[in-house]
Amino acid sequence: MKKFYLTFFSILFFTQASFALVKIDITRGNLEPLPAAISKFYMEDPSKFSAELKALKLEKKIPELISNNLKRSGLFHIIDPKSYIQSPNIAHVKPTFQDWALIKAQIMVSGKLVIDSKKRLRVEFRLWDVIAGKEIEGLALFATPSSWRRISHIISDKIYERMTGELGYFDTRIIYVAETGSKTQRVKRLAIMDQDGANNKYLTLGNELVLTPRFNPTAQMITYMSYFKNLPRVYLLNIETGMQEVVGDFPGMTFAPRFSPDGKKIIMSFAKDGNSDIYSMDVATRVVEQLTTHPSIDTSPSYSFDGKYITFNSDRSGAQQIYVMRSDGSNAKRISFGEGLYGTPVWSPRGDLIAFTKIYKGSFYIGVMRSDGSGERLLTQNYYQEAPSWSPNGRVLIFYRETKSGKSEIGGSSSLWSIDLTGYNERKIKTLTDASDPAWSGLLSK
Amino acid sequence: MYKSVSLSVLFHVVFVIATIVSLPFVKKEPITAQQLIAIDIIQISEKTQLPFAPKAREIIEKIKKEKEKRVVTKQAPPKITPKEKPKAIPLPDKLKIKSEEEKKKQNPEEIKELNRQSSEFEKKELFDPNKISALIDKSKEETAEIQKKQSLELTQNQDSSVDLNKGITLSQEDAIKAQIYKCWNIPLGLPFDQNLLVRIRLTLRPNGSITSSEILDHARMNQPGQGFYKVLAESALRAVKLCDPLKMPTTGYEKWKDLQLNFDAKEMLKG
Repeated sequence: MKKFYLTFFSILFFTQASFALVKIDITRGNLEPLPAAISKFYMEDPSKFSAELKALKLEKKIPELISNNLKRSGLFHIIDPKSYIQSPNIAHVKPTFQDWALIKAQIMVSGKLVIDSKKRLRVEFRLWDVIAGKEIEGLALFATPSSWRRISHIISDKIYERMTGELGYFDTRIIYVAETGSKTQRVKRLAIMDQDGANNKYLTLGNELVLTPRFNPTAQMITYMSYFKNLPRVYLLNIETGMQEVVGDFPGMTFAPRFSPDGKKIIMSFAKDGNSDIYSMDVATRVVEQLTTHPSIDTSPSYSFDGKYITFNSDRSGAQQIYVMRSDGSNAKRISFGEGLYGTPVWSPRGDLIAFTKIYKGSFYIGVMRSDGSGERLLTQNYYQEAPSWSPNGRVLIFYRETKSGKSEIGGSSSLWSIDLTGYNERKIKTLTDASDPAWSGLLSK
Repeated sequence: MYKSVSLSVLFHVVFVIATIVSLPFVKKEPITAQQLIAIDIIQISEKTQLPFAPKAREIIEKIKKEKEKRVVTKQAPPKITPKEKPKAIPLPDKLKIKSEEEKKKQNPEEIKELNRQSSEFEKKELFDPNKISALIDKSKEETAEIQKKQSLELTQNQDSSVDLNKGITLSQEDAIKAQIYKCWNIPLGLPFDQNLLVRIRLTLRPNGSITSSEILDHARMNQPGQGFYKVLAESALRAVKLCDPLKMPTTGYEKWKDLQLNFDAKEMLKG
């Protein structure tokens, strides 16, 4: 009997062990945006809300703004709120996941508005994984009712970050040149707005021509070029105080300024006697250092994310191409070798890519390449477009585009556009006037 | 007297009927024009080497074009009498003896249905484009020699699929893959230049429903700087849950009750 059991179990064991674990490689999937449901927010104890606050209808507007942000990113598909079955109060406390799975939502966002004992507005939100049936993110924010847009952007960033693994870019602003008037008497003003086009404000009056505004990544400061009294100079402007000052007073023309990643230096071009070179200036000490000395036009400099390298464009090879050098100006190396002309290189905040404008056979392209020049990828093509600027997470580019105009075919209306790195999610950004030269700020809530 | 005779007749009739029923050799089988089916055992696994049906189709097309050059494997059966010559059809009893002899040679205990190699004749006659998936395994075996000689573009990885322990065929593997593909929403923002392989171990019931799913590198999800991995791992888990229950083969439960899915979105994210 003992022998029988021994044999029986031995056979059983070896039969089991003879099959190796089946391993299957899943290398393909669905590249559609993630289906998401953003539930209406729940107002706890509405009697505590003032009539003014009730009139704002934040319980509806906040989820709407979050939906718009996520939809615009191209990574989320927002399911029509008309199909939501659960009421907001239940959805926020204990959602029935089957109800959300029924409408094919994979994630769901719920929220609650509370007036606390100190009469402050408290906005809570929860992010639910419908398929796993659990809460994966939750946050409470205090705000004044007027800052509800900012709160919505911060919530959008949290959702984006949790679902993509990278920083969001919704709580950011865009500075650009607002253009009005006829072609011959164009008025150009500096303007700033939220990344979704709301809260537009003008920073200059339009008496002088302004160009190439750029954000300081670490402070509420911008640098730009202006023709004050017909002298082209680089300026610094504090957005909060409105204080403005000229950066150095050189005998020639200074242009194309840009901050270093730590915000301590400004790098720019300085042109004199038909030659243009790249200079850097310490913002605090105003000490200027010449970085290139080549007898050609070197311009559009941009620091790498770690500040160790600079990319710029130069015609030293006979045609305008993109170069990379160390931040002290040494070891300049050409990286663009494709057909056509390359300009306005901008290093991604992620460090992996350089965005550029390419001119080829009469068309303008916005593209990206790796910092060694490999992997060139053109994202969009048009009649005239240039000046790409990166979102703080290095995933989206903003640029401006001009349409053809009448007989001259130069300088029609100009507008701002964004495109993500896939090249599929191209969107026009609403501005009050014609717009050009956009630049994206860092995250405000960093 | 009559009673004894009728009892005897009845007894004999019952005896004869019982004999006919219980002894099969008495029962004569009808002569039918059966086709000789040659059975050839070759050293391969149950797993086919062709990953995709279209590839199989290409190979089948090639075989058709180059049938003159066809190389018969070492263990191929002797030439079969063509159908056009009915005289050559062996009698059923001969056929039976022959096939029994062959079975003895080939050790029937070790023969599995999927290892059966069809004869050239059978393939020629029974080719049905609608049953292409069923032909994948056969065509692969047939072309093994040809592929070697002609240096067809089979990768090393595909060739290494000669794994006797592998539990499921590639066709079955493809069927599982196809289900997961539909359920998996790849997070679009992920970088393609990082090692983000997510391995999930599944335990399945015979009906294909999932009893447990476990991320093998679970600790990595909570490590700092592994945000992308976490996002990918969660999306993979969602895919597994969305696909529950999986449509699995009706047989061989022991072979596939434990599955490991390796989720890798690199190629998709590269675009």
